[in-house]
Amino acid sequence: MSLDLTETVQGVVDGLTSEYSEDLIEIYKSCDHTYIRVEAENIIEVLNFVKTKHHFIFLCDIIGTDRYTSDERFEVIYNIMNLRTQDRIFIKVRVEEEDPVVQSATSLWKAASWLEREVYDMFGIRFEGHPDLRRIFMPEDFDYFPLRKEFPLLGIPGSIELPNTTPDTE
Amino acid sequence: MNEINSKVKPQFFEKHQRAIYKSLEDKHTTIEAIDAEDPLNAKMILNMGPQHPATHGVLRLILQLRGELIEKTKLDIGYLHRGVEKIAENKTYQEFMPYTDRMDYLSPYSNNVALCMAVEKLAEVEVPERAQYIRMICMELSRISSHLLWLGTMVMDAGAISFFIWTFREREKIYDIFDEVAGHRFTVSHSRIGGVANDFTDRAVGRIKEFVTKFEQELKDWHGLLDRNRLFIERNADVGIVHTEDALDLGATGPVLRAAGYAVDQRIITPYLKYDEVDFEVPTRMEGDNLARYFVRMEEMGESLKIINQCFDKMPKGSIRSNNAKHAYPSKDEVYYSMEGMIHDFMMTDTGICPPAGKEVYHAVEAPKGELGYYIQSDGTGHPWRLKVNAPSFRNLQVLENILEGEMVADTVVIIGGLDPVMGEADK
Repeated sequence: MSLDLTETVQGVVDGLTSEYSEDLIEIYKSCDHTYIRVEAENIIEVLNFVKTKHHFIFLCDIIGTDRYTSDERFEVIYNIMNLRTQDRIFIKVRVEEEDPVVQSATSLWKAASWLEREVYDMFGIRFEGHPDLRRIFMPEDFDYFPLRKEFPLLGIPGSIELPNTTPDTE
Repeated sequence: MNEINSKVKPQFFEKHQRAIYKSLEDKHTTIEAIDAEDPLNAKMILNMGPQHPATHGVLRLILQLRGELIEKTKLDIGYLHRGVEKIAENKTYQEFMPYTDRMDYLSPYSNNVALCMAVEKLAEVEVPERAQYIRMICMELSRISSHLLWLGTMVMDAGAISFFIWTFREREKIYDIFDEVAGHRFTVSHSRIGGVANDFTDRAVGRIKEFVTKFEQELKDWHGLLDRNRLFIERNADVGIVHTEDALDLGATGPVLRAAGYAVDQRIITPYLKYDEVDFEVPTRMEGDNLARYFVRMEEMGESLKIINQCFDKMPKGSIRSNNAKHAYPSKDEVYYSMEGMIHDFMMTDTGICPPAGKEVYHAVEAPKGELGYYIQSDGTGHPWRLKVNAPSFRNLQVLENILEGEMVADTVVIIGGLDPVMGEADK
Protein backbone atom coordinates (compact mmCIF):
# COMPACT_ATOMS: atom_id res chain seq x y z
CA MET A 1 0.00 0.00 0.00
CA SER A 2 1.81 3.10 -1.12
CA LEU A 3 -0.10 6.30 -0.64
CA ASP A 4 2.82 8.71 -0.81
CA LEU A 5 2.18 10.17 2.63
CA THR A 6 4.24 12.83 4.34
CA GLU A 7 6.55 11.74 7.12
CA THR A 8 4.23 12.84 9.94
CA VAL A 9 1.12 11.28 8.46
CA GLN A 10 3.05 8.08 7.79
CA GLY A 11 4.04 8.15 11.46
CA VAL A 12 0.40 8.40 12.47
CA VAL A 13 -0.56 5.54 10.17
CA ASP A 14 2.26 3.34 11.49
CA GLY A 15 1.40 4.19 15.08
CA LEU A 16 -2.27 3.41 14.55
CA THR A 17 -1.52 0.13 12.76
CA SER A 18 0.64 -1.06 15.62
CA GLU A 19 -1.49 0.11 18.54
CA TYR A 20 -5.05 0.29 17.26
CA SER A 21 -4.90 -2.24 14.42
CA GLU A 22 -8.34 -3.71 15.21
CA ASP A 23 -9.96 -0.24 15.11
CA LEU A 24 -8.44 0.82 11.83
CA ILE A 25 -10.78 0.28 8.88
CA GLU A 26 -9.33 2.13 5.93
CA ILE A 27 -6.84 4.77 4.95
CA TYR A 28 -7.08 6.63 1.69
CA LYS A 29 -6.07 9.87 0.05
CA SER A 30 -8.35 12.24 -1.78
CA CYS A 31 -7.17 15.57 -3.20
CA ASP A 32 -3.90 15.63 -1.22
CA HIS A 33 -5.46 14.95 2.16
CA THR A 34 -5.34 11.73 4.13
CA TYR A 35 -8.55 10.21 5.47
CA ILE A 36 -8.41 7.58 8.18
CA ARG A 37 -11.56 5.66 9.08
CA VAL A 38 -11.72 3.99 12.47
CA GLU A 39 -14.28 2.19 14.60
CA ALA A 40 -16.66 4.55 16.38
CA GLU A 41 -16.22 2.88 19.80
CA ASN A 42 -12.63 3.90 20.28
CA ILE A 43 -12.66 7.30 18.60
CA ILE A 44 -11.62 9.18 21.72
CA GLU A 45 -8.60 6.95 22.28
CA VAL A 46 -7.55 7.34 18.66
CA LEU A 47 -7.98 11.12 18.79
CA ASN A 48 -6.09 11.24 22.07
CA PHE A 49 -3.33 9.14 20.51
CA VAL A 50 -2.83 11.45 17.49
CA LYS A 51 -3.10 14.50 19.72
CA THR A 52 -0.59 13.53 22.37
CA LYS A 53 1.78 11.24 20.44
CA HIS A 54 1.81 12.93 17.06
CA HIS A 55 1.15 16.53 17.99
CA PHE A 56 -2.08 16.94 16.03
CA ILE A 57 -3.16 19.53 18.55
CA PHE A 58 -5.46 21.80 16.57
CA LEU A 59 -9.06 20.71 15.98
CA CYS A 60 -10.21 22.68 12.94
CA ASP A 61 -13.65 21.30 12.31
CA ILE A 62 -16.08 18.47 12.93
CA ILE A 63 -18.13 17.56 9.90
CA GLY A 64 -21.28 15.48 9.86
CA THR A 65 -22.50 13.79 6.70
CA ASP A 66 -25.53 11.78 5.77
CA ARG A 67 -24.56 8.90 3.49
CA TYR A 68 -28.21 7.88 3.07
CA THR A 69 -27.41 4.17 3.13
CA SER A 70 -29.20 1.46 5.08
CA ASP A 71 -26.21 0.55 7.22
CA GLU A 72 -23.87 2.98 8.95
CA ARG A 73 -25.77 5.94 7.65
CA PHE A 74 -24.04 8.86 9.33
CA GLU A 75 -20.43 9.85 9.25
CA VAL A 76 -18.56 12.21 11.56
CA ILE A 77 -15.26 13.59 10.33
CA TYR A 78 -12.66 15.24 12.54
CA ASN A 79 -10.39 17.71 10.78
CA ILE A 80 -7.19 17.97 12.80
CA MET A 81 -3.97 19.84 12.16
CA ASN A 82 -0.40 19.45 13.27
CA LEU A 83 0.97 22.96 13.56
CA ARG A 84 4.60 21.85 13.75
CA THR A 85 4.74 20.11 10.40
CA GLN A 86 1.56 21.73 9.11
CA ASP A 87 -0.05 18.46 8.12
CA ARG A 88 -3.75 17.90 8.15
CA ILE A 89 -5.55 14.60 8.66
CA PHE A 90 -9.19 13.66 8.63
CA ILE A 91 -10.40 10.96 10.99
CA LYS A 92 -13.77 9.44 10.24
CA VAL A 93 -16.23 7.33 12.12
CA ARG A 94 -19.54 5.89 10.94
CA VAL A 95 -22.64 5.35 13.03
CA GLU A 96 -25.95 3.61 12.51
CA GLU A 97 -29.17 5.40 11.68
CA GLU A 98 -30.90 4.13 14.79
CA ASP A 99 -29.68 5.88 17.89
CA PRO A 100 -26.55 7.49 16.43
CA VAL A 101 -24.13 8.13 19.30
CA VAL A 102 -20.48 9.14 19.20
CA GLN A 103 -18.22 9.81 22.17
CA SER A 104 -17.73 13.51 22.72
CA ALA A 105 -14.30 15.02 22.09
CA THR A 106 -14.90 17.91 24.49
CA SER A 107 -12.52 16.33 26.99
CA LEU A 108 -9.69 16.72 24.45
CA TRP A 109 -10.59 20.08 22.96
CA LYS A 110 -12.96 22.68 24.37
CA ALA A 111 -13.49 23.80 20.79
CA ALA A 112 -15.34 20.55 20.08
CA SER A 113 -18.30 21.80 22.10
CA TRP A 114 -19.92 24.04 19.51
CA LEU A 115 -18.77 21.93 16.59
CA GLU A 116 -20.49 18.88 18.07
CA ARG A 117 -23.58 20.90 18.85
CA GLU A 118 -23.73 21.86 15.19
CA VAL A 119 -23.50 18.23 14.06
CA TYR A 120 -26.21 17.31 16.58
CA ASP A 121 -28.42 20.15 15.41
CA MET A 122 -28.13 19.27 11.75
CA PHE A 123 -28.07 15.45 11.83
CA GLY A 124 -29.29 14.38 15.25
CA ILE A 125 -26.08 12.54 16.08
CA ARG A 126 -25.73 12.65 19.85
CA PHE A 127 -22.38 13.09 21.53
CA GLU A 128 -22.02 11.14 24.73
CA GLY A 129 -20.31 13.09 27.49
CA HIS A 130 -20.96 16.50 25.97
CA PRO A 131 -21.58 18.98 28.81
CA ASP A 132 -24.26 21.03 27.09
CA LEU A 133 -25.72 19.28 24.08
CA ARG A 134 -28.36 21.69 22.86
CA ARG A 135 -29.25 22.73 19.34
CA ILE A 136 -27.14 25.62 18.13
CA PHE A 137 -28.79 27.17 15.07
CA MET A 138 -32.36 25.90 15.27
CA PRO A 139 -34.50 26.54 18.35
CA GLU A 140 -35.04 23.73 20.84
CA ASP A 141 -38.71 23.60 19.84
CA PHE A 142 -37.81 22.27 16.40
CA ASP A 143 -38.27 18.51 16.05
CA TYR A 144 -36.40 17.73 12.82
CA PHE A 145 -32.80 17.51 11.70
CA PRO A 146 -32.56 19.69 8.61
CA LEU A 147 -29.42 18.39 6.90
CA ARG A 148 -30.66 14.80 6.79
CA LYS A 149 -31.37 13.91 3.21
CA GLU A 150 -35.05 13.16 3.80
CA PHE A 151 -35.72 16.67 5.12
CA PRO A 152 -37.36 18.65 2.29
CA LEU A 153 -35.59 21.69 0.91
CA LEU A 154 -38.62 23.89 1.48
CA GLY A 155 -38.94 22.84 5.11
CA ILE A 156 -41.96 21.38 6.87
CA PRO A 157 -44.89 23.80 7.17
CA GLY A 158 -45.99 24.41 10.72
CA SER A 159 -42.91 22.76 12.20
CA ILE A 160 -41.87 25.97 13.88
CA GLU A 161 -43.99 28.43 15.72
CA LEU A 162 -43.17 31.93 14.55
CA PRO A 163 -43.21 34.87 16.97
CA ASN A 164 -46.32 36.99 17.05
CA THR A 165 -45.73 40.11 14.97
CA THR A 166 -48.58 42.18 16.33
CA PRO A 167 -47.76 44.23 19.43
CA ASP A 168 -48.78 42.98 22.86
CA THR A 169 -52.04 44.40 24.10
CA GLU A 170 -51.67 43.36 27.71
CA MET B 1 -35.11 24.51 41.50
CA ASN B 2 -35.05 26.58 38.28
CA GLU B 3 -34.54 29.97 39.81
CA ILE B 4 -34.18 31.99 36.61
CA ASN B 5 -36.82 30.02 34.78
CA SER B 6 -39.45 30.72 37.40
CA LYS B 7 -38.95 34.45 36.94
CA VAL B 8 -39.00 34.77 33.17
CA LYS B 9 -41.97 34.40 30.88
CA PRO B 10 -40.84 33.80 27.28
CA GLN B 11 -43.17 35.04 24.60
CA PHE B 12 -42.05 32.69 21.84
CA PHE B 13 -39.91 29.54 21.32
CA GLU B 14 -40.65 28.72 24.90
CA LYS B 15 -38.72 25.43 25.04
CA HIS B 16 -35.70 27.08 23.44
CA GLN B 17 -35.70 29.99 25.88
CA ARG B 18 -36.22 27.74 28.90
CA ALA B 19 -33.36 25.50 27.79
CA ILE B 20 -30.89 28.36 27.38
CA TYR B 21 -31.73 29.84 30.80
CA LYS B 22 -31.36 26.42 32.33
CA SER B 23 -28.05 25.90 30.58
CA LEU B 24 -26.83 29.26 31.94
CA GLU B 25 -27.83 28.27 35.40
CA ASP B 26 -26.14 24.89 35.12
CA LYS B 27 -22.77 26.25 33.99
CA HIS B 28 -20.07 25.91 36.69
CA THR B 29 -22.59 24.90 39.29
CA THR B 30 -19.80 24.52 41.84
CA ILE B 31 -19.01 28.23 41.72
CA GLU B 32 -22.65 29.02 42.16
CA ALA B 33 -22.88 26.91 45.27
CA ILE B 34 -20.11 28.89 46.92
CA ASP B 35 -21.61 32.25 45.94
CA ALA B 36 -25.06 31.22 47.02
CA GLU B 37 -25.67 34.12 49.34
CA ASP B 38 -25.96 37.46 47.70
CA PRO B 39 -26.74 39.98 50.45
CA LEU B 40 -26.41 43.05 48.26
CA ASN B 41 -28.57 41.53 45.58
CA ALA B 42 -26.00 42.44 42.93
CA LYS B 43 -26.82 39.42 40.78
CA MET B 44 -28.59 40.09 37.55
CA ILE B 45 -29.31 38.34 34.28
CA LEU B 46 -28.76 40.63 31.33
CA ASN B 47 -30.02 39.80 27.89
CA MET B 48 -28.02 41.51 25.19
CA GLY B 49 -29.21 41.29 21.62
CA PRO B 50 -30.14 39.87 19.19
CA GLN B 51 -31.29 43.34 18.17
CA HIS B 52 -28.46 45.36 19.62
CA PRO B 53 -26.34 47.71 17.50
CA ALA B 54 -23.09 46.80 19.21
CA THR B 55 -23.37 43.05 18.73
CA HIS B 56 -22.46 43.39 15.02
CA GLY B 57 -25.49 41.57 13.73
CA VAL B 58 -27.94 39.26 15.37
CA LEU B 59 -25.84 37.88 18.18
CA ARG B 60 -27.54 37.26 21.49
CA LEU B 61 -25.61 37.15 24.73
CA ILE B 62 -27.04 36.17 28.07
CA LEU B 63 -24.85 37.49 30.81
CA GLN B 64 -25.03 36.73 34.49
CA LEU B 65 -23.68 39.76 36.30
CA ARG B 66 -22.58 40.40 39.83
CA GLY B 67 -22.52 44.14 39.95
CA GLU B 68 -20.58 45.05 36.83
CA LEU B 69 -18.63 41.83 36.67
CA ILE B 70 -19.61 39.12 34.23
CA GLU B 71 -19.87 35.83 36.07
CA LYS B 72 -21.09 33.54 33.33
CA THR B 73 -22.07 33.88 29.71
CA LYS B 74 -23.98 31.90 27.18
CA LEU B 75 -24.28 32.83 23.55
CA ASP B 76 -27.34 32.19 21.48
CA ILE B 77 -26.71 32.18 17.76
CA GLY B 78 -28.70 31.04 14.78
CA TYR B 79 -30.86 34.09 14.24
CA LEU B 80 -29.44 34.40 10.73
CA HIS B 81 -29.45 30.70 9.93
CA ARG B 82 -30.50 30.26 6.32
CA GLY B 83 -29.31 26.72 5.78
CA VAL B 84 -26.78 27.44 3.04
CA GLU B 85 -25.37 23.94 3.34
CA LYS B 86 -28.77 22.47 2.50
CA ILE B 87 -29.16 24.96 -0.36
CA ALA B 88 -25.74 23.93 -1.69
CA GLU B 89 -26.84 20.32 -1.98
CA ASN B 90 -29.59 21.44 -4.34
CA LYS B 91 -27.61 23.80 -6.54
CA THR B 92 -24.84 23.31 -9.05
CA TYR B 93 -21.43 24.41 -7.88
CA GLN B 94 -21.49 27.60 -9.91
CA GLU B 95 -25.06 28.39 -8.89
CA PHE B 96 -24.09 28.14 -5.25
CA MET B 97 -21.24 30.61 -5.60
CA PRO B 98 -23.40 33.77 -5.21
CA TYR B 99 -24.73 32.39 -1.91
CA THR B 100 -21.22 32.48 -0.50
CA ASP B 101 -21.27 36.27 -0.91
CA ARG B 102 -23.96 36.35 1.73
CA MET B 103 -21.93 34.38 4.22
CA ASP B 104 -19.13 36.71 5.20
CA TYR B 105 -20.67 39.73 3.57
CA LEU B 106 -17.79 41.99 4.58
CA SER B 107 -15.32 40.17 2.36
CA PRO B 108 -17.40 38.40 -0.28
CA TYR B 109 -14.46 37.93 -2.61
CA SER B 110 -12.61 35.59 -0.24
CA ASN B 111 -15.71 33.42 0.04
CA ASN B 112 -16.17 33.20 -3.72
CA VAL B 113 -12.57 32.25 -4.26
CA ALA B 114 -12.56 29.72 -1.42
CA LEU B 115 -15.49 27.84 -2.93
CA CYS B 116 -14.19 28.04 -6.50
CA MET B 117 -10.77 26.78 -5.45
CA ALA B 118 -12.24 23.85 -3.55
CA VAL B 119 -14.25 22.86 -6.63
CA GLU B 120 -11.24 23.37 -8.88
CA LYS B 121 -9.19 21.10 -6.65
CA LEU B 122 -11.96 18.52 -6.69
CA ALA B 123 -12.43 18.54 -10.47
CA GLU B 124 -8.77 19.22 -11.30
CA VAL B 125 -9.39 22.42 -13.19
CA GLU B 126 -6.42 24.48 -14.29
CA VAL B 127 -6.67 28.20 -13.62
CA PRO B 128 -4.69 30.60 -15.82
CA GLU B 129 -1.98 32.55 -14.06
CA ARG B 130 -3.49 35.94 -14.72
CA ALA B 131 -6.76 34.90 -13.08
CA GLN B 132 -4.84 33.76 -10.03
CA TYR B 133 -3.22 37.16 -9.67
CA ILE B 134 -6.54 38.93 -10.16
CA ARG B 135 -8.00 36.76 -7.41
CA MET B 136 -5.11 37.54 -5.12
CA ILE B 137 -5.38 41.29 -5.62
CA CYS B 138 -9.11 41.26 -5.01
CA MET B 139 -8.82 39.00 -1.98
CA GLU B 140 -6.31 41.35 -0.41
CA LEU B 141 -8.55 44.32 -1.21
CA SER B 142 -11.45 42.55 0.47
CA ARG B 143 -9.23 41.83 3.46
CA ILE B 144 -8.52 45.54 3.75
CA SER B 145 -12.21 46.31 3.35
CA SER B 146 -13.16 43.85 6.09
CA HIS B 147 -10.48 45.09 8.45
CA LEU B 148 -11.58 48.66 7.79
CA LEU B 149 -15.06 47.87 8.97
CA TRP B 150 -13.64 46.13 12.02
CA LEU B 151 -11.39 49.11 12.74
CA GLY B 152 -14.13 51.70 12.37
CA THR B 153 -16.69 49.87 14.47
CA MET B 154 -14.19 48.75 17.09
CA VAL B 155 -12.91 52.26 17.63
CA MET B 156 -16.49 53.48 17.65
CA ASP B 157 -17.36 50.87 20.28
CA ALA B 158 -14.48 52.25 22.30
CA GLY B 159 -15.98 55.71 22.07
CA ALA B 160 -14.57 57.56 19.03
CA ILE B 161 -17.29 58.21 16.47
CA SER B 162 -15.41 60.25 13.88
CA PHE B 163 -12.97 57.43 13.16
CA PHE B 164 -15.82 55.33 11.82
CA ILE B 165 -16.47 57.95 9.13
CA TRP B 166 -12.81 57.94 8.06
CA THR B 167 -12.58 54.18 7.64
CA PHE B 168 -15.86 54.16 5.78
CA ARG B 169 -14.57 56.78 3.38
CA GLU B 170 -11.76 54.36 2.47
CA ARG B 171 -14.14 51.40 2.29
CA GLU B 172 -16.24 53.41 -0.15
CA LYS B 173 -13.22 53.59 -2.45
CA ILE B 174 -12.83 49.81 -2.32
CA TYR B 175 -16.51 49.42 -3.15
CA ASP B 176 -16.00 51.68 -6.14
CA ILE B 177 -13.10 49.50 -7.22
CA PHE B 178 -15.24 46.36 -6.94
CA ASP B 179 -17.98 48.12 -8.86
CA GLU B 180 -15.50 48.73 -11.66
CA VAL B 181 -13.99 45.23 -11.51
CA ALA B 182 -17.04 43.04 -11.00
CA GLY B 183 -20.04 45.23 -11.69
CA HIS B 184 -21.28 44.97 -8.12
CA ARG B 185 -20.28 46.98 -5.10
CA PHE B 186 -21.17 44.68 -2.27
CA THR B 187 -21.89 41.10 -3.33
CA VAL B 188 -19.29 40.81 -6.05
CA SER B 189 -19.64 37.17 -7.28
CA HIS B 190 -16.70 37.82 -9.57
CA SER B 191 -14.90 34.51 -9.31
CA ARG B 192 -15.87 31.65 -11.59
CA ILE B 193 -14.92 28.01 -11.46
CA GLY B 194 -11.85 27.95 -13.69
CA GLY B 195 -11.01 31.63 -13.44
CA VAL B 196 -12.76 34.94 -13.01
CA ALA B 197 -15.70 36.56 -14.80
CA ASN B 198 -13.83 39.35 -16.53
CA ASP B 199 -10.43 40.95 -16.74
CA PHE B 200 -9.40 44.19 -15.03
CA THR B 201 -10.20 47.23 -17.12
CA ASP B 202 -7.54 49.93 -17.42
CA ARG B 203 -9.66 52.13 -15.21
CA ALA B 204 -9.88 49.43 -12.55
CA VAL B 205 -6.10 48.98 -12.55
CA GLY B 206 -5.67 52.74 -12.27
CA ARG B 207 -8.09 52.93 -9.37
CA ILE B 208 -6.49 50.09 -7.45
CA LYS B 209 -3.02 51.57 -7.91
CA GLU B 210 -4.24 54.96 -6.82
CA PHE B 211 -5.95 53.46 -3.78
CA VAL B 212 -2.86 51.51 -2.78
CA THR B 213 -0.60 54.57 -2.84
CA LYS B 214 -3.05 56.83 -1.02
CA PHE B 215 -4.11 54.25 1.53
CA GLU B 216 -0.54 53.72 2.68
CA GLN B 217 -0.41 57.30 3.93
CA GLU B 218 -3.86 56.98 5.48
CA LEU B 219 -2.78 53.86 7.36
CA LYS B 220 0.27 55.68 8.65
CA ASP B 221 -1.92 58.50 9.96
CA TRP B 222 -4.17 56.05 11.76
CA HIS B 223 -1.19 54.32 13.31
CA GLY B 224 -0.09 57.74 14.52
CA LEU B 225 -3.50 58.45 15.96
CA LEU B 226 -4.13 55.17 17.75
CA ASP B 227 -0.89 53.30 18.45
CA ARG B 228 0.05 55.37 21.45
CA ASN B 229 -3.30 56.93 22.19
CA ARG B 230 -3.77 56.65 25.94
CA LEU B 231 -7.54 56.50 25.85
CA PHE B 232 -7.48 53.78 23.22
CA ILE B 233 -4.82 51.72 24.97
CA GLU B 234 -6.51 51.88 28.35
CA ARG B 235 -9.75 50.78 26.81
CA ASN B 236 -8.18 47.82 24.97
CA ALA B 237 -5.10 46.61 26.79
CA ASP B 238 -5.66 43.55 29.02
CA VAL B 239 -9.23 43.26 27.87
CA GLY B 240 -10.62 40.01 26.50
CA ILE B 241 -7.41 38.06 26.81
CA VAL B 242 -7.08 34.81 24.88
CA HIS B 243 -4.14 33.14 26.60
CA THR B 244 -1.56 31.48 24.40
CA GLU B 245 -2.04 28.13 26.10
CA ASP B 246 -5.83 28.26 25.68
CA ALA B 247 -6.02 29.62 22.15
CA LEU B 248 -5.72 26.28 20.34
CA ASP B 249 -7.93 24.48 22.83
CA LEU B 250 -10.69 27.05 22.37
CA GLY B 251 -10.40 26.82 18.59
CA ALA B 252 -9.45 30.41 17.87
CA THR B 253 -8.53 31.23 14.31
CA GLY B 254 -7.25 34.07 12.17
CA PRO B 255 -6.12 37.32 13.81
CA VAL B 256 -7.44 36.12 17.19
CA LEU B 257 -5.07 33.16 17.10
CA ARG B 258 -2.19 35.21 15.72
CA ALA B 259 -2.62 37.80 18.47
CA ALA B 260 -2.24 34.94 20.96
CA GLY B 261 1.16 33.95 19.62
CA TYR B 262 0.58 31.36 16.90
CA ALA B 263 1.66 32.39 13.40
CA VAL B 264 -1.01 30.25 11.78
CA ASP B 265 -1.81 31.60 8.36
CA GLN B 266 -3.16 29.41 5.55
CA ARG B 267 -1.32 31.55 3.02
CA ILE B 268 1.94 30.26 4.50
CA ILE B 269 0.86 26.78 5.63
CA THR B 270 -0.64 25.65 2.34
CA PRO B 271 0.20 28.35 -0.19
CA TYR B 272 -2.64 28.56 -2.64
CA LEU B 273 -2.84 30.77 -5.74
CA LYS B 274 0.55 32.48 -6.02
CA TYR B 275 1.11 33.30 -2.38
CA ASP B 276 4.38 31.36 -2.44
CA GLU B 277 5.75 33.80 -5.02
CA VAL B 278 5.09 36.99 -3.12
CA ASP B 279 6.93 38.19 -0.09
CA PHE B 280 5.00 39.11 3.04
CA GLU B 281 5.11 38.78 6.78
CA VAL B 282 2.58 37.25 9.18
CA PRO B 283 2.11 39.78 12.00
CA THR B 284 1.98 38.06 15.38
CA ARG B 285 1.62 39.24 18.96
CA MET B 286 1.95 37.44 22.26
CA GLU B 287 -0.44 39.28 24.57
CA GLY B 288 -3.72 37.95 23.20
CA ASP B 289 -5.73 40.96 24.33
CA ASN B 290 -7.78 43.35 22.28
CA LEU B 291 -4.84 45.66 21.72
CA ALA B 292 -2.76 42.79 20.31
CA ARG B 293 -5.57 41.98 17.89
CA TYR B 294 -5.62 45.64 16.87
CA PHE B 295 -1.92 45.59 16.05
CA VAL B 296 -2.18 42.30 14.16
CA ARG B 297 -5.00 43.53 11.95
CA MET B 298 -3.43 46.94 11.34
CA GLU B 299 -0.17 45.33 10.26
CA GLU B 300 -2.04 42.84 8.11
CA MET B 301 -3.50 45.73 6.13
CA GLY B 302 0.01 46.97 5.46
CA GLU B 303 1.08 43.50 4.34
CA SER B 304 -1.94 43.33 2.03
CA LEU B 305 -0.78 46.52 0.31
CA LYS B 306 2.65 44.95 -0.18
CA ILE B 307 1.08 41.85 -1.71
CA ILE B 308 -1.06 43.90 -4.09
CA ASN B 309 1.96 45.87 -5.30
CA GLN B 310 3.95 42.68 -5.91
CA CYS B 311 1.01 41.12 -7.76
CA PHE B 312 0.88 44.01 -10.19
CA ASP B 313 4.60 43.60 -10.88
CA LYS B 314 4.30 39.88 -11.53
CA MET B 315 0.93 39.71 -13.26
CA PRO B 316 1.32 38.27 -16.78
CA LYS B 317 -0.94 38.94 -19.72
CA GLY B 318 -3.18 36.18 -20.94
CA SER B 319 -6.55 34.58 -20.57
CA ILE B 320 -8.56 34.87 -17.38
CA ARG B 321 -10.56 31.66 -17.53
CA SER B 322 -9.76 28.06 -18.29
CA ASN B 323 -10.14 27.40 -22.00
CA ASN B 324 -11.60 23.94 -21.50
CA ALA B 325 -15.33 24.09 -22.18
CA LYS B 326 -15.94 21.11 -19.88
CA HIS B 327 -14.43 23.01 -16.98
CA ALA B 328 -15.42 26.65 -17.26
CA TYR B 329 -17.86 28.99 -18.92
CA PRO B 330 -16.81 30.03 -22.44
CA SER B 331 -16.25 33.73 -23.03
CA LYS B 332 -19.23 35.83 -24.03
CA ASP B 333 -17.74 36.34 -27.52
CA GLU B 334 -17.91 32.60 -28.11
CA VAL B 335 -21.39 32.31 -26.67
CA TYR B 336 -22.85 34.99 -28.91
CA TYR B 337 -21.00 34.13 -32.11
CA SER B 338 -20.55 30.37 -32.19
CA MET B 339 -22.91 27.43 -31.91
CA GLU B 340 -20.49 25.34 -29.79
CA GLY B 341 -19.97 28.22 -27.43
CA MET B 342 -23.68 28.53 -26.89
CA ILE B 343 -24.11 24.79 -26.29
CA HIS B 344 -21.26 24.79 -23.80
CA ASP B 345 -22.66 27.81 -22.01
CA PHE B 346 -26.01 26.07 -21.76
CA MET B 347 -24.42 22.85 -20.49
CA MET B 348 -22.41 24.71 -17.88
CA THR B 349 -25.52 26.44 -16.61
CA ASP B 350 -27.71 23.36 -16.72
CA THR B 351 -25.53 20.60 -15.26
CA GLY B 352 -22.34 22.45 -14.52
CA ILE B 353 -19.06 20.85 -13.72
CA CYS B 354 -19.24 17.22 -12.56
CA PRO B 355 -16.31 16.13 -10.36
CA PRO B 356 -15.59 12.39 -10.11
CA ALA B 357 -17.88 10.43 -7.77
CA GLY B 358 -16.69 9.55 -4.29
CA LYS B 359 -14.02 12.20 -4.14
CA GLU B 360 -13.66 14.50 -1.15
CA VAL B 361 -11.83 17.75 -0.85
CA TYR B 362 -11.04 20.25 1.84
CA HIS B 363 -9.62 23.58 0.85
CA ALA B 364 -8.93 26.41 3.23
CA VAL B 365 -8.04 29.99 2.48
CA GLU B 366 -7.05 32.71 4.89
CA ALA B 367 -10.12 34.92 4.92
CA PRO B 368 -9.94 38.19 6.90
CA LYS B 369 -11.65 36.47 9.84
CA GLY B 370 -9.46 33.37 9.79
CA GLU B 371 -9.33 29.95 8.21
CA LEU B 372 -12.26 29.62 5.84
CA GLY B 373 -12.52 26.07 4.59
CA TYR B 374 -14.86 24.30 2.23
CA TYR B 375 -15.27 20.55 2.56
CA ILE B 376 -17.03 18.99 -0.40
CA GLN B 377 -18.10 15.41 -1.06
CA SER B 378 -18.92 14.67 -4.66
CA ASP B 379 -21.32 12.02 -5.91
CA GLY B 380 -20.45 12.52 -9.56
CA THR B 381 -23.35 14.82 -10.40
CA GLY B 382 -23.33 18.57 -10.81
CA HIS B 383 -24.47 19.07 -7.23
CA PRO B 384 -22.34 18.47 -4.17
CA TRP B 385 -23.46 15.53 -2.04
CA ARG B 386 -22.34 17.37 1.06
CA LEU B 387 -20.79 20.79 1.37
CA LYS B 388 -19.57 21.99 4.74
CA VAL B 389 -18.35 25.47 5.43
CA ASN B 390 -15.73 25.82 8.13
CA ALA B 391 -16.62 29.34 9.19
CA PRO B 392 -14.00 31.30 11.14
CA SER B 393 -16.55 33.57 12.84
CA PHE B 394 -18.33 30.54 14.28
CA ARG B 395 -15.12 29.37 15.89
CA ASN B 396 -14.17 32.81 17.16
CA LEU B 397 -17.60 33.25 18.74
CA GLN B 398 -17.02 30.10 20.74
CA VAL B 399 -13.87 31.77 22.05
CA LEU B 400 -16.00 34.75 23.06
CA GLU B 401 -18.21 32.57 25.23
CA ASN B 402 -15.13 31.45 27.12
CA ILE B 403 -13.22 34.71 27.51
CA LEU B 404 -16.05 36.96 28.65
CA GLU B 405 -16.14 35.49 32.14
CA GLY B 406 -14.43 37.79 34.61
CA GLU B 407 -14.62 40.84 32.37
CA MET B 408 -16.59 44.00 33.07
CA VAL B 409 -19.93 44.37 31.35
CA ALA B 410 -18.83 47.66 29.77
CA ASP B 411 -16.01 45.83 27.98
CA THR B 412 -18.32 43.28 26.35
CA VAL B 413 -18.94 45.52 23.40
CA VAL B 414 -15.24 46.21 22.86
CA ILE B 415 -14.41 42.51 23.07
CA ILE B 416 -17.06 41.60 20.52
CA GLY B 417 -15.70 44.35 18.30
CA GLY B 418 -12.18 43.04 18.76
CA LEU B 419 -13.07 39.47 17.81
CA ASP B 420 -14.83 40.75 14.71
CA PRO B 421 -17.51 38.11 14.15
CA VAL B 422 -19.86 38.24 11.18
CA MET B 423 -23.14 36.58 11.94
CA GLY B 424 -23.92 35.79 8.31
CA GLU B 425 -21.00 33.42 8.35
CA ALA B 426 -21.33 32.10 11.89
CA ASP B 427 -24.99 31.22 11.41
CA LYS B 428 -24.60 29.80 7.89
